[in-house]
Amino acid sequence: MTKSSGRFEIRLSGSGGQGLMLAGKLLAEAASVYGGKNTVQTQSYGPEARGGKSKTDIVISTDDIDYPKATSVDVLVAMTQVSADEYRHSLKEDGLFVVDSYLVDRPGRDSVIGIPFTLLAIEQCGRALFANVVALGAIVELSKVVEWDSLEKTVLARVPSGTEEANKKALAVGREAARRAVGEVS
Amino acid sequence: MSGSKERSIWVMQGNEACSVGAVAAGVNFFAGYPITPSSEIAEFMAKHLPLIGGRFIQMEDEIASMAAIIGASLAGARSMIATSGPGFSLMQENLGLACLAEIPCVIVNVQRAGPSTGLPTQPAQGDVMQARWGTHGDHAIIALAPATVLECIELTACCVSLSEQFRTPVVLLLDEVIGHMRESVEVPAQGAYRVHARPLPSDEQEDYQPFCGGCSGVPPMAHFGGPHRFHVTGLTHDERGFPTMVPEEVDKKIRGIVDKIELKADDLAMNEETMTDDCEVLLFSYGSSARVAKASVRTLRERGVKAGLLRVKTIWPFSGKRLRELAPQLRSIIVPEMNLGQLVTEVERAVAGAVPVRHFGRVDGHLFEPDQITDFVLEEIAS
Repeated sequence: MTKSSGRFEIRLSGSGGQGLMLAGKLLAEAASVYGGKNTVQTQSYGPEARGGKSKTDIVISTDDIDYPKATSVDVLVAMTQVSADEYRHSLKEDGLFVVDSYLVDRPGRDSVIGIPFTLLAIEQCGRALFANVVALGAIVELSKVVEWDSLEKTVLARVPSGTEEANKKALAVGREAARRAVGEVS
Repeated sequence: MSGSKERSIWVMQGNEACSVGAVAAGVNFFAGYPITPSSEIAEFMAKHLPLIGGRFIQMEDEIASMAAIIGASLAGARSMIATSGPGFSLMQENLGLACLAEIPCVIVNVQRAGPSTGLPTQPAQGDVMQARWGTHGDHAIIALAPATVLECIELTACCVSLSEQFRTPVVLLLDEVIGHMRESVEVPAQGAYRVHARPLPSDEQEDYQPFCGGCSGVPPMAHFGGPHRFHVTGLTHDERGFPTMVPEEVDKKIRGIVDKIELKADDLAMNEETMTDDCEVLLFSYGSSARVAKASVRTLRERGVKAGLLRVKTIWPFSGKRLRELAPQLRSIIVPEMNLGQLVTEVERAVAGAVPVRHFGRVDGHLFEPDQITDFVLEEIAS
């Protein structure tokens, strides 16, 4: 965390079924249980079981957190075009904008990092449902919002038994892709 | 729910915390019908209660579920139900039965935007008056509203305790934000919550009278099916539980179930105050709205406005005591609620014109933003 004030806000947005709520929960746990910070995670979704807009806000702070949602987002992840359109304006001017470039054609902002999370999940992890964990690996690498070790511990403690290695790989795939993406940008 | 056992820091959802509080307070019976945004409570109880010798039943609807928790409580269980607005509407008739027949139970309502099916996944605070007056006839109710995940544990346990102590249904009013929010909490140690034991008659006691009948206290409650035989009815009844139309007995009964709670309003009041010592503008709020109001108070102070926050955890019975104490120092009271004016009417009644009271409502299915409340207060001061 590089911000001087205590509060750091992350917004993960996309479509129901992409696993964003779980990703938000894991990030909150990594920050609190292993990182010792206060966290609040809220969620917003429609009445649909799958599909429909889905968003989770994670607020991390060394101070008490009163307002539980994000207002001035430090890190925004958009996993669909609709969510990129809807939420890019909530991002701070110097905020980090990361999109799934496999699903988002028009980020609508010059400063953006595109990583094909879903494609990477399919090609390197075998299933699209790893896209959320690939994204987690990438944003933690890019933002350093939690220690890598905390993230890995949390993910390994929370995923269904038998899938630990696959999830560990998904994290690494995300981290690697983030490093490459930053290399390309700079 | 998960976390590190060594440090007892957990990241827990409000609904999970509510379930944890219920189990910690000895709830061993849950009947219900799942509904967003409360379903996680039923899910948790369904998994957990069988492991500790309790019972979980998914009933055919909320009417039957409410009846089931009343029956279980009569037989001696600590019983609870969880729902949202549409289900809470269906429970109202049997909730009245629990009030009149003085049967302890806890009803959790995770409020979503209504009326009717409304917005299932979006927050509101529109059931505050329904909690108070949703069932017909004169009665009293206890209702608590937490604003943090830790308070979801604490106040659920408190609801169980109060229901047993006063032999009455108690409502826990969450809203979608608090119910679905995950927050880091340091979970209190096992046995941290003392729950008031239900007053029981001795088995040998002769001439057992199961009902209040106007006494200021709460009469002992025998377990149904035990050595004491007594009658339970939704008809207005005497101390023995038999229907009566004798005016004096009816009057005694109704005043009894109201007075046992309303006369204790000041004792039951639980508040949290922020910067009220020297405040001139008081924000009065509860639940998730109060979290926003607190953020707003900090901003207003930075801008030189002497603002403070009175957050009530006890919604019903409403105590105006603290408001009346603060009134002489106040220029105005502002009441943000996610409804078009519910608890504000009680605030107005409490200060009785001594201070101008303004309501600030939001009913578009979203929580306030801090700037909205801050701007509203600044405009009010300017006008």
